Amino acid sequence: MRTAALFLLFLAPLAAAGNSCLECHAALEGRLQKPALAFKIDIHSTRGFGCTDCHGGDAASGDPAVSMSRARGYKGKIARTAVPDLCARCHSDSNLIHKFKPQQRVDQLAQYRTSVHGKRLAAGDAAVANCVDCHGVHDIREVRHALSPVHPLRLPETCARCHADAGRMSKYKIEHTQFDEYRQSVHWTALAKRGDLSAPSCASCHGNHGATPPQVNSVAAVCGTCHVLFEELYKKSPHQPVFTAMGAAGCIVCHGKHKIEKPAVKMLSGDGSVCAQCHEADSAGGRAAAEIANRIKELDAALGRSEEILERARQSGMEVSEAQLQLMDGRENMIKARLAVHAFQTAAVAKPVQAGLVVAGKTYAAGVAALKERTFRRFGLSISLAAILATMAGLWLAIRSIENHRGPRSGTGGS
Amino acid sequence: MASLKGKPPLIGWLEERLAFDAIQSFVAHKRVPKHSATMWYYFGGITLFLFGIQVATGILLLLYYRPSAAEAYESVQFIVTRVEFGWLIRSIHSWSGNLMILAAFIHMFSVVFLRSYRRPREITWLSGVGLLGLALGFGFSGYLLPWNTISYFATKVGTDMAAAVPLIGPTLARFLRGGDDVGGATLTRFFGFHVAVLPALTTGLLLVHLFLVQSFGISSPPRVEEQNRASGGPAPEMPFFPNFFLRELMAWYAALAVLGMLAAIFPWELGEKADPFAPAPAGIRPEWYFLAPFYTLKLIPSHVWMFEGELLGLLGFGLLAAWWVTLPFWANDRSGGERTRLLTGTAVVLIAYLATFSALGYWK
Repeated sequence: MRTAALFLLFLAPLAAAGNSCLECHAALEGRLQKPALAFKIDIHSTRGFGCTDCHGGDAASGDPAVSMSRARGYKGKIARTAVPDLCARCHSDSNLIHKFKPQQRVDQLAQYRTSVHGKRLAAGDAAVANCVDCHGVHDIREVRHALSPVHPLRLPETCARCHADAGRMSKYKIEHTQFDEYRQSVHWTALAKRGDLSAPSCASCHGNHGATPPQVNSVAAVCGTCHVLFEELYKKSPHQPVFTAMGAAGCIVCHGKHKIEKPAVKMLSGDGSVCAQCHEADSAGGRAAAEIANRIKELDAALGRSEEILERARQSGMEVSEAQLQLMDGRENMIKARLAVHAFQTAAVAKPVQAGLVVAGKTYAAGVAALKERTFRRFGLSISLAAILATMAGLWLAIRSIENHRGPRSGTGGS
Repeated sequence: MASLKGKPPLIGWLEERLAFDAIQSFVAHKRVPKHSATMWYYFGGITLFLFGIQVATGILLLLYYRPSAAEAYESVQFIVTRVEFGWLIRSIHSWSGNLMILAAFIHMFSVVFLRSYRRPREITWLSGVGLLGLALGFGFSGYLLPWNTISYFATKVGTDMAAAVPLIGPTLARFLRGGDDVGGATLTRFFGFHVAVLPALTTGLLLVHLFLVQSFGISSPPRVEEQNRASGGPAPEMPFFPNFFLRELMAWYAALAVLGMLAAIFPWELGEKADPFAPAPAGIRPEWYFLAPFYTLKLIPSHVWMFEGELLGLLGFGLLAAWWVTLPFWANDRSGGERTRLLTGTAVVLIAYLATFSALGYWK
């Protein structure tokens, strides 16, 4: 600290020509130094913006009394409630922003004001998230930068910094388990484990700047932004009017919210199935669910048998790539059958299942034929080898016979 | 001329016009040395037998194969799945190609260890090494023809190596590829090399090689010659026909049995169709007989002092090849004495290098 004080007293006035904010703060320590060091990698810094664009003041003056004077427009630390408007001075200005990124959106502030965060901030709650809580303060990076806190792979953790904090959430009487649940979902697996950047994270369903929880009636539409065909079938299904009348939120009734597990046949029938939550096993709905489950199991088993036999044939060196390619049609029918479940009608599921079973039957037959051919080849090989060995034995006997009768002759060898 | 009396008229007519008696006389008088290392002589014959199988199966494959990037893979797939015994023909062609190169290598090293390259057989040696080079050319050009992923990227690597040759490299690579990169033009060109250029060159050189082998007879190793001289008696021999011929026939049958087993139990895989726009898959490697130089080039740093590593590697291979090819000319010192240690050492080191680096290239 003593060094910093000495610098400010004696040397800082000399740092007039450059950016005095960075030069002085870089020589300080602790929280006063941190912004100056972080700002080097900030996107604003790389695009030519400086400290004074947000904080005001005069970076040309090396004298802190001048550069940080109210007379030069110095604002000091920006109040949390003032942050969105400050950022929006540039980010809502299409003339300015489009000089840097022609397709960049400029409605973030308008969206933010519609969000729960924005409404609470407007009501004077400074604890809710504003721009810097998600994007960072002095080390802001482009969203696509892998180290940006709002990069798709890092966004869930960024939201969780507040939303997984029980103490902070208790004030608003909202859950704090979403992140833990999300990390058990298929969406997290796709995003974090497979690195699929298109997989949904928090903002995909809740929005980013206009973050709002989806309402009961809009859940299917939110899920339907990705699962388009599922939504279409659900809307025409007998469940849609019933769920709406019950005030149940569409997809969530069966799949849950944040902990969306991989769909499986066990969801359809048996103890603990989601259908059993409403349908008794011996009711019409329960029987239909069981039939749908059985049809899907039947197709899955048939395709599994085909895969197994074709793989066995392939490992034996048989060329079965055509049948394996054909089997993909069968798997496609399985996907269609699983999709058709969302029509909640047995006939809708039976059609792709039947088509898939035809493919499974043909490919299984191809596998059987390949293994039969393998047996035939090995039988043919045995016969051929026996014939070859017999011929070799015959030749050996012939040589013995010739040499026993005549004996190898002797003479001058070649050199 | 042999008497035509008592023979069917057609046989007699043919004998008179085809000089059967001269051939019979040649065969009846041909002798082959007989000693403990006689078995190594069979590998030349086995190589020839496998070449014959290559020609026969290659002609059969030509009936269905279509040499274009759009159709090559599908035509091979058709051969192995739809054509009656097509899988066997294709598998035999692939396996016998590999066994032929293996037999040729064994034949070459046996010639070195038995000292069969000695005067006056220097040109026999040169023609044999040339034939091995042509066999490697068959392997390199044939590898691309199914147009699958592995062969496509291995050819890219191979032609990239050719591009690193000083002065002529870029022109050579462009000539081989028929363009800047491996593509349909490369496939057509390699097909042309594989079924026309290389067979023509091989036929010519093979005739020279066989003529020289017949002219000078089969050589005996120096130690056998010394033993014969010491004993004072005639060197042990056997008639070429039927004694040696029947033994050679047994060796051919043994080769056929091995070939049949490999082709039936491990049919040559077709793999996936090449996609020039896809990234190169992991584990790309050439055929086993190119693995040693391939792995060596991988080990050499990109720059060694002021030279490019790949260039140095190719220069080293060039010098090694020149050293090996000219073996009959430096095998003896000026006084006529044999440089036994240098010869044996060179051959042993070369075998150890090829075996070790091929294994490392395969497993790493």
